[in-house]
Amino acid sequence: MDLENQRRVLEFTEEFGAENMLIILGAAEAEAAGLAAETVTAGDPTYAGPLAGVSLGLRVFHVFEPEIKDELDPEVYEEQLGMMEMVLDVDEIVEEMKGIREEHGQFN
Amino acid sequence: MFPVIKGAAYILAHTPDMVLHNGTTQTTERTVNPDSDYLKQVPKNLRSLEQFVSYPPNQTYIGNLSPDELAEIEMPWYDKSVEGGAAIGEMGEIFAQDEFIGWIKISDVFDLVLLEKDFTDSIRAKIEGRTGLADNFRTALSEGVSAERIEKEIADKGAEALIHDGQTVGCVKRAHDIDANLNAHVIFENLVSKASAAMALVTLIERWDIDPESIDYVIECSEEACGDMNQRGGGNFAKSIAEMAGLIHATGSDTRSFCAAPTHALINAAALAQSGIHKNVIILAGGSTAKLGMNGKDHLKKGLPILEDAVGGFAALISENDGVHPVLRTDLVGKHMVGTGSSPQAVISSLITAPLDRGDLKITDIDKYSVEMQNPDVTKPAGAGDVPMANYKMIAALGVMRKEMERGDIPGFASKHGMVGWAPTQGHIPSGVPYLGFATKDIMAGKIHRAMIVGKGSLFLGRLTNQFDGVSIVIETNPGEVEADTGVSKEEVRQMVAEAMRSFAASLTE
Repeated sequence: MDLENQRRVLEFTEEFGAENMLIILGAAEAEAAGLAAETVTAGDPTYAGPLAGVSLGLRVFHVFEPEIKDELDPEVYEEQLGMMEMVLDVDEIVEEMKGIREEHGQFN
Repeated sequence: MFPVIKGAAYILAHTPDMVLHNGTTQTTERTVNPDSDYLKQVPKNLRSLEQFVSYPPNQTYIGNLSPDELAEIEMPWYDKSVEGGAAIGEMGEIFAQDEFIGWIKISDVFDLVLLEKDFTDSIRAKIEGRTGLADNFRTALSEGVSAERIEKEIADKGAEALIHDGQTVGCVKRAHDIDANLNAHVIFENLVSKASAAMALVTLIERWDIDPESIDYVIECSEEACGDMNQRGGGNFAKSIAEMAGLIHATGSDTRSFCAAPTHALINAAALAQSGIHKNVIILAGGSTAKLGMNGKDHLKKGLPILEDAVGGFAALISENDGVHPVLRTDLVGKHMVGTGSSPQAVISSLITAPLDRGDLKITDIDKYSVEMQNPDVTKPAGAGDVPMANYKMIAALGVMRKEMERGDIPGFASKHGMVGWAPTQGHIPSGVPYLGFATKDIMAGKIHRAMIVGKGSLFLGRLTNQFDGVSIVIETNPGEVEADTGVSKEEVRQMVAEAMRSFAASLTE
């Protein structure tokens, strides 16, 4: 995950509390989504950014996951995300996200 | 009448030593972790010039291997080679690192680059043999200096070393003692950009036998900035490059928009040529050493050599309509607007379908889309996926949403209307323009009728806006004498004028 984004996630968590945080990802691949999810739960796996060694355990979902999709206006979803949902391997992304949450999430 | 694209040229400089000494992934590592294993592994995993030249995507970049032929070679490509692959291509050329250093030297007009005497002699013939260079630059290598002098500049005065085969063969001096915009590092990066753009320009002039005095304007579209502390991005790389090739009737300016800049430059050049302001406009850009080895850590981790070992450049000539070369449809231009939004759907619609709708065309009416043509051999092992393929899938999905295609057509769309990527990951260099040369050739040969060039840029990297950017333009077969923008031929105009005059004459006699 981008170092600047890690810094912002850390700052918001300190300001609002980990239990009040929800991270929504939009990564195009399962591997990339998994890495970002790992960063905000277990800590930065590349040990390069502000979240290196910091296990926040935050709630994290990909925007394609039903938990998020069902909360959105279907028309807006179709307009903004319908095309990408058709293109990307959604099942693989969802699977990857579930695995990371089960392993490292603290607010499931 | 619509302007035309007359030809394009592409160059690569093989820069293995610069990967280690000038690529930001490696220089950052040296600052953070100077004893890292990675830095020790880099020199052992660099490609030789022979491997670099015969690497299939590089052969495609300089025009020796068509995109279709490249697609037939099974991936990954890093362990494949094109038999008989030459450094001189139909549309470009591959330069060895020592020669490239010579071009950096002749690009310097402020006596900031020093090269060692013997090294200078070893490259002199190559530089002096370039007929496309203006005489005063062709002979600008000078005698060279002693190795001691160079070492002293590096040790005592903050000069940046120029290294070839592990040996210091020269240096770039700082241009100011305090001004960070003129320190040796910035001067080096700017000279790299200028030199590689000049190599592309000279290659274009030599390949297509262009009269340098016929060029009216040059648009440079790289990602560098030149100036001092009072005007950090003062600019005009363009004119400095035009000077090197003796374009004595040209001026120029720079266009910036990260990776989208080359397509902006193409559209701007088309507008200048169509309006008649300038008849012949060259767009060009050099490359950057900062991006060398950008994904090197991932490549080594997966057992690959360092694949980002090239500085790239390109140049293309846009002219007034000659009735022969492919036309740039300036009425079919796409743009990502401030109000477009950043969802991929909105982006692709603004760039692809908005211009098509204006021409009453369907997505499948474009024979080939040239998007971000990054070489997937480089990006896939680094976790960035296959960039052109991702773009083609998005375009196809949009086609399905618009009911112009069936969902089952998505997988086949990329091979029919797309291409595999072959360009080095030099930011702006892979963006849309790598196909200009092949597009010109294939349209003129009647192999395809219509192509779309798409450029996209990540503006957020500059930290001034979260806006995304992109522009696109359609290129197609020149209909010949037909006035394509009105749909009226010269003969019809003549008849209409004759008719009008007859009725006018009749009105006088009445």
